[in-house]
Amino acid sequence: MALRGVVWRSTYHDSMVLMRIAEGLRARPGVREAAVLMGTAANHALLAAAGLATPDVADATPGDLIIAVDAGDALQAQAALDAAKGLFDERRQAREATGQALPRTLDSALRQLPDANLAAISIPGAHAAVEARRALKQGLHVFLFSDNVPLETEVELKRLAVEKRLLCMGPDCGTAYLNGVGLGFANVVPRGRIGCVAASGTGLQAVASHLAALGEGISHGIGVGGRDLSAEVGGLMTFLALDALRADAATEVVVLISKPVAPSVMPRLDAALRALGKPVVVCCLGASPEPGSAGTWVSTLEDAAHAAAALASGRVWAARAFSDTEAVRVLLARLAAEAGRGARRGEGILGLYTGGTLAHETTLILEPLLGTIAANFGGRGPGGPHKVLDLGADEFTAGRPHPMIDPSGRAARVSEAGRSAKVSVLLLDLVLGRAAHDDPAASLAAAIRDARDVAARDGRTLTVIASIVGTERDPQGLRAQTDALESAGAIVLPSNAQAARFAALVAKPELAPAMLGQR
Amino acid sequence: MSLETVLGQPLRVINLGLEIFATELQAEGATVVHVDWRPPAGDAAIAALLARLDDE
Amino acid sequence: MSAASVSVNIGAANREALDRLCRARPAWTAVRPAGEALGLTGQSLLHAGPPIGWERMCGPMRGAVVAAVLYEGWATAPADAERLAASGEIAFAPCHSRGAVGPMAGIISPGTPLLVVEDPINKTAAYSFFGDGPWGHQLRFGAHGPETLAGLRWLRDVAAPTFQAVLEREGPIDLASLMSQALSMGDEMHMRNAAATGLLARALAAPLAGAVSNQKDLHAVLRFVTKDNDQFFLSWAMCAAKAAARSIEGLAGCTVVSTMARNGVDFGIRVAGLGDRWFTGPASVVAGLYFPGFAAADANPDVGDSAIMETYGLGGMAMAASPAVQKIVGAKSFADAVATSRSMAEICVGANPLFPLAALDGTGTPTAIDIRKVARTGLVPPINTAIAHRSAARMIGAGISTPPLQPFVDALVAFGEAYPA
Repeated sequence: MALRGVVWRSTYHDSMVLMRIAEGLRARPGVREAAVLMGTAANHALLAAAGLATPDVADATPGDLIIAVDAGDALQAQAALDAAKGLFDERRQAREATGQALPRTLDSALRQLPDANLAAISIPGAHAAVEARRALKQGLHVFLFSDNVPLETEVELKRLAVEKRLLCMGPDCGTAYLNGVGLGFANVVPRGRIGCVAASGTGLQAVASHLAALGEGISHGIGVGGRDLSAEVGGLMTFLALDALRADAATEVVVLISKPVAPSVMPRLDAALRALGKPVVVCCLGASPEPGSAGTWVSTLEDAAHAAAALASGRVWAARAFSDTEAVRVLLARLAAEAGRGARRGEGILGLYTGGTLAHETTLILEPLLGTIAANFGGRGPGGPHKVLDLGADEFTAGRPHPMIDPSGRAARVSEAGRSAKVSVLLLDLVLGRAAHDDPAASLAAAIRDARDVAARDGRTLTVIASIVGTERDPQGLRAQTDALESAGAIVLPSNAQAARFAALVAKPELAPAMLGQR
Repeated sequence: MSLETVLGQPLRVINLGLEIFATELQAEGATVVHVDWRPPAGDAAIAALLARLDDE
Repeated sequence: MSAASVSVNIGAANREALDRLCRARPAWTAVRPAGEALGLTGQSLLHAGPPIGWERMCGPMRGAVVAAVLYEGWATAPADAERLAASGEIAFAPCHSRGAVGPMAGIISPGTPLLVVEDPINKTAAYSFFGDGPWGHQLRFGAHGPETLAGLRWLRDVAAPTFQAVLEREGPIDLASLMSQALSMGDEMHMRNAAATGLLARALAAPLAGAVSNQKDLHAVLRFVTKDNDQFFLSWAMCAAKAAARSIEGLAGCTVVSTMARNGVDFGIRVAGLGDRWFTGPASVVAGLYFPGFAAADANPDVGDSAIMETYGLGGMAMAASPAVQKIVGAKSFADAVATSRSMAEICVGANPLFPLAALDGTGTPTAIDIRKVARTGLVPPINTAIAHRSAARMIGAGISTPPLQPFVDALVAFGEAYPA
């Protein structure tokens, strides 16, 4: 084993760039592990935990870049470090070829683009708020992807934004659409007549993708960040966004996607929904409407899209458990036949999610059907046969890229699940779109295959159920990604809600008559 | 640019942070300037001081 | 003082600083001995860079001190001069503390003839000395032998009075327009002064012939001005820059750098809104090109008050004007030089229209370095500079020195304390 580390002083690159370079290094001959990180305290701890820390890198500061490699021998390790230089040089040369030096600050960027109208901010949270404030003061709308911004700061930023009638989308806003342009992690969806206000990036992605599948499109999708409808923030950005969509001629129907709204905010929200003067669909996962509430309330993201499409075209629509009940029956019969061949089943469902909102939606669907669900969110406890994990939560992403960007972490857990006698059903999401990994299904499919093989050899049945948030026009291609998962033996349902219901059916077949209707 | 106006205009974006966001925006036909942002010198106290001493 | 009022003050103060720097029109008005011009009395010596005592002084500066002591007659042999310097009887102070600037070791003594440069717009003055002596015998590189002393006496007795006579006959020589012209002719006025020197020589030639009746003296002075001295104009450039920079010293609430200077051991800055306070760090090793026979091991760290050029927006800030200087200082390419001038705009308040850069479509040189922007971006101004031998009293090359970042950050912290919320 040869461990080598090197520090490049005063060299900064964003986390995704570093992750891609690390990927490139891991692919090199003899390299077992590679890390390419800025020298923050958290990253130093990460390196130590991964066994990659060497004395050479110990004094790296947050402004310095650490490259650490563990390879078969010293030559391979050194070759990898040299390759890293080449990979960075390629990027630099590509940029230099364009001839224009990149500005270093918002101010100098504004000199280059004096009529800029939006700042997209995804720098570390500690600095993001300062830049967001500067941008708002310059009269720019803000897309604030960064998280780890204190609540009081969020309130202050949004008050400033509302005072100037500017959008402050976030903090912690993963997705938005303005004038047909997707910001952040956005799926390729047509421009259309449905306007969304979303406290969840993945929630917006799911609704937008379902709308595209229904032949509808998005006028604007305004992200407001996860805490906007809390008592402290009071819905500042939600109300501004609703007002904008009210006045927007292109928007015919509005969809509000949120978690439960703080009781102190609810009355104002109700009034704002009434004032829209357009049909509005409300999807507050985990909340039910008070009698007489404005809007059409739905309980899943998929239903939000269906209801909005129906309202836009004046159709009638009713929620259903499955879009193709017959296909579900056939699948269940097939699974029962496989089980009948003697393989044991574990007890429980394990949900491994990259999208927190999808994980939340799943637990809301499973709980009434199966009883208490363990989860790492929503104040739920750890015990019980069924568990749903949001792998994008802080405890899993400290110092690591988010699983939507780097699928390898979840793939490892999927393989691990195959070795567990307790797991009967694996429930997965897959999120496509711009800025996401360019082939997330590949590593997941390999892990699924591996897990099912291990289970089969061990005489167990492992059913893998998945849904994909995405469209055919996404760079990854919905069909291709679906095929990849299905070839690996996963059962792919058209939505997260349907996947969750199907998982419940597999875990508890006696639910079938109620969910599928009597035969 | 006011809220009402921005919803009808092409986006002209200044991107601070993940380069991939700038690349994707460009691919969508938006005008983007990507900022080669680095953390300021020094610790959080320096960053806070810089924020306090900002021009209005 | 509220945070809001501090913010408004800084922005306005910085714009005022940029204004003053840009409207300065320095002119060479006189030649006077330092004792008279600066009120330098007794056994006092001024030196380049931030405050420093004899014990810590570098080789070139010690050599220059010896030369000055011998020139003033305070000792008659180098060893005695060193003893006197070490005794504590000589009062050392930075040139900058008296409105003067000294290239390289920058030693000024009461008997040193000084150029006097005055700016009628901002009503400031600045002072420096003539580049002396033939190669290898220059006080500013630490030489103190007989040729050096003979040269210093000749300057005092022949050249200085001659120039003073010319100025009295012809009136002040406009340095602002001369420098603007020189920039367009490929000078950046720190390490490349060939065009400016030529323009100065042209301005002086006929007046000198008119003012000097002694043929031998005229020949000697004209040779002094024209032969083997492409860097001759540097002293005037430094005075012009210093006169401009003095207009912002003490400007309340201003975060613009008023001084950058090195004493061969320390690099130091002063900030307009923080008056006389120095913020220092180690003087850098200069990265550059060496004359044949010399190498990095021979080099003294960065030394001299000539960083006043970059403080004013010339030198390294104006590299895009000077393809020739790249070869001198070893810059990678013209594209690199242009990129440097562009990146300096990131840390400056604005641009000086007196010095337009053709390579940047006529934008003026980046001017008024803001310590907030330096701290925010981590970019420090590069200084084009000569490299001195650490002991052998000569120039051994030229290059680019990168000042340390910490003094700028320290100054920022001090500014925050001086102007609390």
